[in-house]
Amino acid sequence: MKYEYVIVGNSAAAAGCIEGIRENDKKGSIAVISDEKYHIYSRPLISYKLKGDVTEKQMNYRPTDFYKVNKVETMLGKRAVSVDSKTKEVSLESGEKIGYEKLLIATGSKPFVPPMDGLDSVKNKFSFMKMDDVKGIEKVVKKGAKVLIIGAGLIGLKAAEALEHYDCEMTVVDLADRILPSILDKQTSGIMQKHIEERGVKFILGTSAKKFEKNKAVLANGEEISFDILITAVGVRPNTELAESAGAKVERGILTDRKQACKGVKNIWAAGDCTVSDDITTGTAHIIAIMPNAHEQGLVAGRNMAGAKAVYENAFPMNAIGFFGLHIITAGAYSGDCYEEIDGGNVKKLYSSGNKLNGFILMGEKIARAGIYTALIRERTDLTTVDWELLKQAPQLAAFAKEKRYEILSKGA
Amino acid sequence: MKKVYVNEERCLGCHLCEFYCAFANSGETEMFRAFRLGRDAKPKIRVEDKINFAVQCRHCDDPLCMKNCIAGAISKVDGVVKIDREKCVGCFTCVLSCPYGCIAPDKDGHSATKCELCTQNGGSPACVQNCINGAIVYEERGEA
Repeated sequence: MKYEYVIVGNSAAAAGCIEGIRENDKKGSIAVISDEKYHIYSRPLISYKLKGDVTEKQMNYRPTDFYKVNKVETMLGKRAVSVDSKTKEVSLESGEKIGYEKLLIATGSKPFVPPMDGLDSVKNKFSFMKMDDVKGIEKVVKKGAKVLIIGAGLIGLKAAEALEHYDCEMTVVDLADRILPSILDKQTSGIMQKHIEERGVKFILGTSAKKFEKNKAVLANGEEISFDILITAVGVRPNTELAESAGAKVERGILTDRKQACKGVKNIWAAGDCTVSDDITTGTAHIIAIMPNAHEQGLVAGRNMAGAKAVYENAFPMNAIGFFGLHIITAGAYSGDCYEEIDGGNVKKLYSSGNKLNGFILMGEKIARAGIYTALIRERTDLTTVDWELLKQAPQLAAFAKEKRYEILSKGA
Repeated sequence: MKKVYVNEERCLGCHLCEFYCAFANSGETEMFRAFRLGRDAKPKIRVEDKINFAVQCRHCDDPLCMKNCIAGAISKVDGVVKIDREKCVGCFTCVLSCPYGCIAPDKDGHSATKCELCTQNGGSPACVQNCINGAIVYEERGEA
């Protein structure tokens, strides 16, 4: 079998790629290969499914007729194991070979589970990244179950929020001395921790699980915790094996140019959590594992694969997420001068230097109209061209020069 | 594609558009019911007071809210950017993404809400109909 376009992976980057291809090429054959057997769904929605907020069908990232409308052939439940960039073939675990003219590697990431003694003796242990993880938890979770979560990051705490629905008794352990270090600073992390603790979640920070004995964990600080369900959410690692087998250049993740084309190999593109992005707020290259980034990279890759010209050149981290009713919106880098307003759970921290907004942390009611700040980062707006003092108080279009405002109000992006 | 445009010079900052917008989206039959009786209807258009002008969704050609939505809950149908409330989980990635600040958490806090040009209310936009100064118009301008 041979296709014009082959996409390995079936999440945000794949959707973007299909959309990018079909904008420019209505006919070329497209195949999607994924080791998961599901219709394209939103990974972050697994916590909302566990909580009972959405059904499996409502998790669909694109409508049920998405593949049909876009004339995409799917090979779901099949794992791609290697790529031969000379013969232009993807080998599947089943032994099948799928030929391509142009290939997108959108293989995402996998949970990283550090070696811990006795982990094999634990029966009900889960990661929290995929549909099958949440289905597995749903099978064994009972009202009032004792749950131990290793990892106080985004994934671990979303699992905790969902399990409150089952009145679970929850303990979260993390080696770091604070929660959500990837998106919050020490001060705001303390505010969120207090908020979550008030909902009955217990945190044990600055220590790790040393060993497990069936339903018991022994921590490095000597404490013992018994549990019914163990969730490990320590971190993730990019799936780069396929790209490596193809001869693509891989460092911390897959390296691409601004058109999302892989370095060191021809006719192969990469997008999503398996790739490295150039962060415009830090000037450094790192993995920006967020859905908007994955979709945009996929879109840019798809457009280029179909012969159009597109580049992605304004990547930066951004997150919108809530825990137990307290919302957070963050973006960029927390460097430079900090303008700050803190009133309980309502927080605004704006970081700027050299007349540029580098990043922000907003919580609670202060998240309103956050996108106006995000745009200042995305466009690297010179803050001397806007009424920055006014913007600090509240994001508003009145702070822009009249011409800019006219452009916005008479058009839109 | 017709869009709502605001003429800043004609806006007096009376906020009538906000009241009519909130009322039109409240599902109530009388205006006072939308705002009294603890219902506290929220408008999807906003008058900025420093310099008076109204802002609401631009129904962008390349909507960042739609592209960035983690749930696939935002789509553009016949020129109108819409949120599927059944799918929206209220993460507010759209609030993070909209460069114009035109999407807001709904009052229940569980989903996002925005201007859908009153398409769901079966008529032409209430803000336009009720702007007594002719500052808000609904028209075809061709450039976008």
